[in-house]
Amino acid sequence: MILLDAYDLAFGYPGREIGRGLSVQLAAGEALALLGPNGGGKTTLLKTLLGLLPARAGTIRVEGRPLADLTARERARAMAYVPQAAASAFAFTARAVVLMGRTSRTGLLSAPSRADHAAADAALARMGIAHLAERPVTRLSGGERQLVLVARALAQEPRIVVLDEPTASLDFGNQGRVMAEILRLRADGLGLLFTTHDPNQAARHADRALLLRGGSALAAGPVAEVLDAASLSRLYGAPVEAVRDPESGAQAFLPGG
Amino acid sequence: MSGIALRGARAMRLGGPWLALLALVLAAALAFGVGRYPVSLLDVARVLLGRLTGHAPDVAPAVEAVVLQIRGPRIAAAILIGAALSVAGTAFQGLFRNPLVSPDILGASSGAALGAVLGIWLSLGVLAIEGLAFAGGLVAVGCVYGLGAALSGRDPVLVLVLAGVVIGSLLGAGVGLIKYLADPYNQLPAMTFWLLGSLSGTHPSDLLPLAGPVVLGTGLLLLLRWRLDVLSLPDEEARSLGLATGPLRIAVVAAATLVTAASVAAAGIVGWVGLVVPHLARFLVGPGFGRLIPTAALLGAGTLLTIDTLARTVAPVEVPLGILTAFVGTPVFLWLLARAERDWS
Repeated sequence: MILLDAYDLAFGYPGREIGRGLSVQLAAGEALALLGPNGGGKTTLLKTLLGLLPARAGTIRVEGRPLADLTARERARAMAYVPQAAASAFAFTARAVVLMGRTSRTGLLSAPSRADHAAADAALARMGIAHLAERPVTRLSGGERQLVLVARALAQEPRIVVLDEPTASLDFGNQGRVMAEILRLRADGLGLLFTTHDPNQAARHADRALLLRGGSALAAGPVAEVLDAASLSRLYGAPVEAVRDPESGAQAFLPGG
Repeated sequence: MSGIALRGARAMRLGGPWLALLALVLAAALAFGVGRYPVSLLDVARVLLGRLTGHAPDVAPAVEAVVLQIRGPRIAAAILIGAALSVAGTAFQGLFRNPLVSPDILGASSGAALGAVLGIWLSLGVLAIEGLAFAGGLVAVGCVYGLGAALSGRDPVLVLVLAGVVIGSLLGAGVGLIKYLADPYNQLPAMTFWLLGSLSGTHPSDLLPLAGPVVLGTGLLLLLRWRLDVLSLPDEEARSLGLATGPLRIAVVAAATLVTAASVAAAGIVGWVGLVVPHLARFLVGPGFGRLIPTAALLGAGTLLTIDTLARTVAPVEVPLGILTAFVGTPVFLWLLARAERDWS
């Protein structure tokens, strides 16, 4: 089932088009990785797909409905956004942050209901961070804060979760841990779309990859088909070397070479 | 953080609003009782009860006059203004994701001040002066908001704050110009004293023009308080959570400006309350706006009432309110800054 379907999309800011002629599809239960060099349009594309930026041309459909027809509330019920974990201005507790995910399911003037609290607690438990509920997010580590933001996305009860470099600021161990937690969500039929700087992360965790350079797709398809040393060299405009473990067949990419 | 500390923080979050209410009741009792003409709390209760039930109280007429005509309106004004400035400050801090802004940031206070000194300069009546202060505040905020929207690039929030600083200094120059042009014997002292802030002349008839906008604006912010948590996130993040941030921002700014302008028109520029009280409230109940807004209202009312009681009792002559709030507010704020810096970084 196709959850998100963008066709012949042009995206960018007024007076500054960043990409054109791009098509993206995301199915239920699949993870799509968006790879590309800095300034290649990854974040702008995410914001356009989320409806935060109007598309310059083309169509975007969410579960069959045109994105432009949806209200902010309807969009938030269908799609959740996990931004890069930035420092918070206020020391909200982890539970309070996750409760914010209920905004699209609570009345404008209402306090969070018992059901909202239950949904927030369930989301915290699902990400394995129930013990952090009462802690101020300003005192959490980068990895913990990222998991709180993913829990907030789950509290929205969306069909699609869009993540902007979910592991950018995490240490090596946390990168694997956080990605593993995120990818478990595929089992529930969620569609996951994430950007990453690391082709190895895409190869290891995603089902499909979209290579974005200069605002257009260099290649798109199953990771095993589109991720190789030649396509990655072209994507980043720099040499990339592939190494393969002869026993397991696992492949890794190294920059330079 | 240990489990005991977390449970303590949770208990504080739940009990904080009641603590603030208790502080307000104590401040009101003190304010009715002390002054040039001391009144016992029993007599205060008799007069207020008599007023409520319609029976003539069994106290001296002078006592009744002090309670109902002199202290009563002044106490009501202090409660309204303290609550209004604190709620406006809390809302602005959330809206701008900046714990260091106050109702002054959008030019609301300086716009209202310019309107009022203009009214004094033109020798207008009290109501016209209040109206001009009100209009000045709203026009200043309109200018700041328009300027911010016209220049907004990637960070509309920061542009808005900068626009507020620029317009605010322009309005300050306008106030300076009118003071320079004013009659130095009659008008200049009136402007100067009014700008310093005071509740000393509060008459029962002043309460309605103050209470109307304050109840309206504060009420709106109280109603919207549960959405302010999300509104304090970066704009795109808030929108991705399903909040229509544009109209909501305008509603919050309009409500906070309305109550600020009404306060300035009634009592001049009372600084610091709108900056310090939100922090005190945040220490009490945490940063969640659902509890923070009502706590800030109660705490702000109690704080300004206590400061006003000090203003009329600490010295043989009345001390201007703005001076006292600065003397009390500055050290408290520095202490807050030193204590809480790590939570903001």
